[in-house]
Amino acid sequence: MSQLFSGQDIMNCNHSRDAQWRQQLRDQISAKERTAIPRAKMPELDPAYRITCNEEVNQGLDASQAVTEATRCLDCPDPQCITGCPVGIDIPGFIKNIQRGNFREAALVLKETSALPAVCGRVCPQERQCESRCIYLKMKKPAVAIGYLERFAADAMQHSGDDAIPACLPSNGMRVAVIGSGPAGLSFAGDMIKLGYDVTVYEALHQIGGVLKYGIPEFRLPNAVVDVEINALEKMGVKFVKNCIVGKTLSYETLRQNGFDGIFIASGAGLPRFMGIPGENLINILSSNEYLTRINLMGAGRPGWATPVPKGATVAIIGGGNTAMDSVRTAKRMGALRAIIVYRRSEEEMPARLEEIKHAKEEGVEFLTLHNPIEYIGDDKGHVRTMRLQRMQLGEPDASGRRSPVPVPGDIIDIDVDVVVVSVGVSPNPLIPDAFDGLDITRRGTLVVDDTLLTTLPRTYAGGDIVRGGATVILAMGDGRAAAKAMHTTLTKK
Amino acid sequence: MNKIIHKQHFSENVVQLIVEAPMIARSRRPGHFVIVIADEKGERIPLTIADSDPQAGTITLVIQAIGDSTRKICALSAGDCLHDVVGPLGRATHIENFGTVVCCGGGVGVAPLLPIIKALKLAGNRVISVLAARTRDLIILREQVAEYSDELIIMTDDGSDGQKGLVTDGVESVIQREHVDLVVTIGPAVMMKFVSLLTKKYDIPTVASLNTIMVDGTGMCGACRVTIDGVMKFVCVDGPEFDAHKVDFDEMIMRLRSYSD
Repeated sequence: MSQLFSGQDIMNCNHSRDAQWRQQLRDQISAKERTAIPRAKMPELDPAYRITCNEEVNQGLDASQAVTEATRCLDCPDPQCITGCPVGIDIPGFIKNIQRGNFREAALVLKETSALPAVCGRVCPQERQCESRCIYLKMKKPAVAIGYLERFAADAMQHSGDDAIPACLPSNGMRVAVIGSGPAGLSFAGDMIKLGYDVTVYEALHQIGGVLKYGIPEFRLPNAVVDVEINALEKMGVKFVKNCIVGKTLSYETLRQNGFDGIFIASGAGLPRFMGIPGENLINILSSNEYLTRINLMGAGRPGWATPVPKGATVAIIGGGNTAMDSVRTAKRMGALRAIIVYRRSEEEMPARLEEIKHAKEEGVEFLTLHNPIEYIGDDKGHVRTMRLQRMQLGEPDASGRRSPVPVPGDIIDIDVDVVVVSVGVSPNPLIPDAFDGLDITRRGTLVVDDTLLTTLPRTYAGGDIVRGGATVILAMGDGRAAAKAMHTTLTKK
Repeated sequence: MNKIIHKQHFSENVVQLIVEAPMIARSRRPGHFVIVIADEKGERIPLTIADSDPQAGTITLVIQAIGDSTRKICALSAGDCLHDVVGPLGRATHIENFGTVVCCGGGVGVAPLLPIIKALKLAGNRVISVLAARTRDLIILREQVAEYSDELIIMTDDGSDGQKGLVTDGVESVIQREHVDLVVTIGPAVMMKFVSLLTKKYDIPTVASLNTIMVDGTGMCGACRVTIDGVMKFVCVDGPEFDAHKVDFDEMIMRLRSYSD
């Protein structure tokens, strides 16, 4: 099993596959009976209702649904699901605890390797990770709903008021600094505090959580859920410093002088890309980062909150990723009559999760695929009024293997719009590389790291989007774990 | 939370606050700004740092009450706290001995101009400051500017102080009289636009400090984007200071009205 470190040593709990209770569970029901159980369906809010509010769309499984779904898991001798999880969660270990009704133990198994199970259970693309390796797929049946179960166990713990705080090793006298409090930083902090380090996390914004707070909307990931996980880290001893920009408020030299034995850079890829087409700076054309930050972090649209946000009858979102889906579904909730996804390839190539696309469609989002904006036209006050779209068709596969979109000559349409949200990707923020002498960057602006995530500076590691460019929450968390392991190895080497 | 140590009214709507912010006070240089959130549900607004005291751990902010958030901040008293202050942000002003520099500002723009005037003077420049306002009572920081300027020219719209006329009239009188190596301008966008047009005519290098709408102030959102020489730049990370002759001021002025309704 791909146990990285810490978990078993610290927890000392008996949930290995050989444990008696697990053998009993396996003997209770035949494999045939297990595989005959249909996969659990996630209860969801009705689309007509949910677009009137910001409530979470997925309601979560109830206890009996969760136990039944957990029963489907065959407790394989060589579980492949674990290899599909970037943080290496002991998946059968936590699922079998759910099956026997010990939800607290299930949550603790999750917390051994993941600082944010309530988050991952909601936002991970499980269909491409753990669930893609499930044995059920080989039997042409839907995979065990690992994500639903992870969420169930983490939520059950949260609702019980129990903190699910894993045990930590006694202080080892060493201090580490984390730059950025997004998923990579939090995951790193969680592992290092368990190993006995004194951990300080520096965050530039006025709230902890990075993209979990400013990016992913309430209807997909409530901020309160994120805060419970952050509070648990705080109770374990992680120190958080908000409103502190490393490189500006605190220099790299000051950090070093403050006696940190190691530094983990997880500052993300915040810089939004624009397309550079005429009219893109007109009023009411925003990046998805700006749109989502105003609404999710700054409370725009909620009574009593000071930050404004543009609204309009027709809102167009340019792009086909998860951020585009978050933006377009947010636009619906902000009262748009027409919310349109404009994407230059076909739906098949969309990088967004299938579930998000499905939810968006249920909520009445229009999909204008194989269209690409070429110009925006405004009124005399500079407000965008029209987007000019070029019809596209799919040509030959490009270097990445995807068929690249090419314009259909002369096929151009105009559509009236009030607000445009540009969601065509992000670049790494240059703030950190600019402030750290000796930190090498790639041509794309990401940090250069070796295969242990060590940067070109001593005892300074990096992970998440500042290394990968725009990627996923769970990959960032996996980097946090890997960097913690590598830094721990280096710092404890004699 | 950042405590307000001292408050002073410059005029009815312009207030100077000295605020506790030890880490920012230590790292801040002329040209830097901060993002401030007044209270829990407040918005993030950019304010230039007018001065700092690293020993006392304080920074000085000058705020004009023009909208809900600035009115709220101006209404705070000594002893009250600002909910969040983050910085220093942006690139610091490039300071060297240029020769003769004309520093011109209007309204509260004089507050961010003061640390630049001071730094330029200390770097050995001959500094001529031109301060402009609608009327006499709206000229702020006059003594402090005078202290670090070789010459101070006051311009008022109504002639109630100094000479009657616009900031550009004052700047042009200097240009016609002597050689000027650099012009630095901070103030309302329209004012900076006309200063820029004037100095372009005389081919004098000019730096403007842009005051766009911002949200995070760290390069994350692009709310502050401007066009510089045909290329998109973010004021919060690439600026706030730019070569004024390359700024698309008309676009910037248009975008400042994004939320005017």
